[in-house]
Amino acid sequence: MVQEEINDKSRRSFLKTAAVATVVTAACGSAACSCSSAKTDTAAEGGKVRLLSPDGEIVEIDSAYLNHQEHMAIVSKLEQRQGIAGKRFVMVVDLALCKNARKCITACQKWHYRPEETEWLSVKLMKDSEKAAPYWFPKQCFHCDNPPCVKVCPVDATFKRQDGLVLIDNDRCIGCKFCMAACPYSTRVFNWDEPEMPIDIRNLKYSAETGLPAKVGTVEKCDFCPDRSREGLLPPCVEACPNGVFYFGDENEDTVTNGSETVSFSQLIKDRAAYRFLEELGTKPRVYYLPPKDRQFPVERGYDDLPGNIKDRFKDIMEPNKKS
Amino acid sequence: MELNSYQQEAFDYQRPNIEKFGKKNWMWTIFFLLWIAVGGYALYLQIAKGHIVTGMRDNVVWGLFIVNFIFIIGLSYAGAIISGLLHLFHVSWGKPIIRLAQIMTVVSVIVGPIFILLCIGRLDRLHHLFIYPRLQSPMTWDVLAILTYLVGSILFLYMALIKDFAVYRDAKMNIPKWRQKLYTILAIGYRGGASQKRHLIISQNLLAIIIIPLSIMVSSILSWVFGMTLRPGWHSTIFGPYFVLGALYSGVGVLIVAMWAYRKMYKLDNYFTDKHFTYLGYCMMVLAAGYGYFTFSEYFTSWFGSAKWDSDVIDKLFNPAEYGWWTLGANLVGILIPIFIVAIPKTRKPQWITLVAFLMIIALWIKRYLIIVPTLETPALPMQDTRMEYVKYAATWPEWALTFAGIASFLLLFTIISKFVTVIPVSELVDTSHHHHAEHAIEEDKKDKIQLA
Repeated sequence: MVQEEINDKSRRSFLKTAAVATVVTAACGSAACSCSSAKTDTAAEGGKVRLLSPDGEIVEIDSAYLNHQEHMAIVSKLEQRQGIAGKRFVMVVDLALCKNARKCITACQKWHYRPEETEWLSVKLMKDSEKAAPYWFPKQCFHCDNPPCVKVCPVDATFKRQDGLVLIDNDRCIGCKFCMAACPYSTRVFNWDEPEMPIDIRNLKYSAETGLPAKVGTVEKCDFCPDRSREGLLPPCVEACPNGVFYFGDENEDTVTNGSETVSFSQLIKDRAAYRFLEELGTKPRVYYLPPKDRQFPVERGYDDLPGNIKDRFKDIMEPNKKS
Repeated sequence: MELNSYQQEAFDYQRPNIEKFGKKNWMWTIFFLLWIAVGGYALYLQIAKGHIVTGMRDNVVWGLFIVNFIFIIGLSYAGAIISGLLHLFHVSWGKPIIRLAQIMTVVSVIVGPIFILLCIGRLDRLHHLFIYPRLQSPMTWDVLAILTYLVGSILFLYMALIKDFAVYRDAKMNIPKWRQKLYTILAIGYRGGASQKRHLIISQNLLAIIIIPLSIMVSSILSWVFGMTLRPGWHSTIFGPYFVLGALYSGVGVLIVAMWAYRKMYKLDNYFTDKHFTYLGYCMMVLAAGYGYFTFSEYFTSWFGSAKWDSDVIDKLFNPAEYGWWTLGANLVGILIPIFIVAIPKTRKPQWITLVAFLMIIALWIKRYLIIVPTLETPALPMQDTRMEYVKYAATWPEWALTFAGIASFLLLFTIISKFVTVIPVSELVDTSHHHHAEHAIEEDKKDKIQLA
């Protein structure tokens, strides 16, 4: 009942702002874009925001109308815990295609309103052994089927859903960080201080499906964007990747897509000899990796043009002779 | 309450210690309170600004606080096991140190958990532990275990105190009325009648039987907070017994130092005799050997197996550029030196034993640090982070301030309790200095047993 009310309310506010919102979304292509300008231009709720219209004109709109329609799909707490019926989300990452373009990271940060330092999704430079060739390794939460993080949570704040996702309820998390110590993949991040968010995001009702608004003293991580799945959209990292590295989909339907091509999940992991990272730990990840065979880009393509502070991260592997 | 002449003497001797709170005591108290106030300010900062004020970050998610927690709560388990064993086996020479061990138990079970609370990002949601408990989590086991243990150890201390409370009540001491009243209440009408005696002994025996396995369980559960994860350096089958032994060992060390301090302060040479130092020294030596054995097993199997992730931690521990010197120093001072000092008759003296015990306590604290931090600094995936504080843990001043505040509250509670009850339990005391008295004690013991039967 309560949920219906909320949905109803958001629907009404959506209709009310529809006219303006269409202009806005049409103008900017995505809400993420309009929000980022909202972030810079608005001091408080109700202030004016300047945006570019489709005709190339600057228009001024009250920021109260800029409700982020993509983040509107707030479902009840129970649904947040149960997951989307009938789905088993799965991801396949093609290591042969990654050139560390880092578009996935920025898209993720934009969508989740996270600062540059907070990476729910990171790209590591892996070098498995001394003689082995280094390769780029994008890594988000593996949404394990035997999740070590969920096992140790003392308050059931992090949980496994029937659609395969591992999410966090930050209305409940006590911030003991046990899950962070337990996760072998360094996936989880902590809000060490009050996270900075635009005021309208800060005022949203919290949802475990969006992780918004972020809360100080709690743990958060990649959530596979189930709110977007509910709308039939792909996670921003998948959409943003210029090389189609990420295949996202549903194991039950046996299909995954990287946005441009849709393939059979079982066929893909069979043909390309997919593996799961640190399989021997028994965590049963829901993310599969396609080995970096026949790579499309030399590894330097993802290194040479990086800004200095990010370049430094990979220096030890890329320039082993130069001691920093 | 009737006391024999030896017990009466012990009471009269200690009476001034609990009758007045002297200038020195006030100075101590104020000094401790100042430290606690600094810690309070650090805590305020941590709550107001978030855990950003600590040195903990996304890789090293736990730091000094958890090290202190393990260390201090370990002392508690040690105190319970030592006093439980001394009680159950009627060790007559152990009577004078039982109280000290029990005070240590209760004080550390109060101070220790404060440090786990300091690790919690959202103290305002602490009640979630009780309204949304999840039994699969070792953290929940720990909460249940510590709460059970807290009640058990306080009861155990209290039971052992009832007879003494009756003594204090009847002594007509020169103390304020409220204290007189408090002693009367706490003595719960104990007069030393046969039936009262019997009930008290049965309760004490039962509690001692419960508290010993309970301490072992609680200590193991604490180790499982680490052992149940998949991390190298933690994920080890010997972690339970390793923690139990480590707790016992450091507890004996603190007991020796406390004994020495009170002997000096209250001139208790007749009660905390050289023999006590020697005997506890022997305990320390045996425990050092056991602890050394466990430590060696841990390092050796990891190193020999040399699985990559295990090796990463071992390399970190033994690399002189990282923790190598700390590892060497902690194991030398924490394990080898105590064994030698106690083994050599020439150095088997109270001051030497106390000195190595003191150094061993510090070394064992460092050992705890070496168990926690290097493992967290070694994730499976390369960190590849340019923010130094995310790669390497360095404790900040608020963490140190709170650590010292913890030590100060430990000492303050110790001071206050030892001003409220005598450090040497008078009513349980047995004179072991003369042969005749010893025999007498055995006879009394027999009498107790007959009454029990």
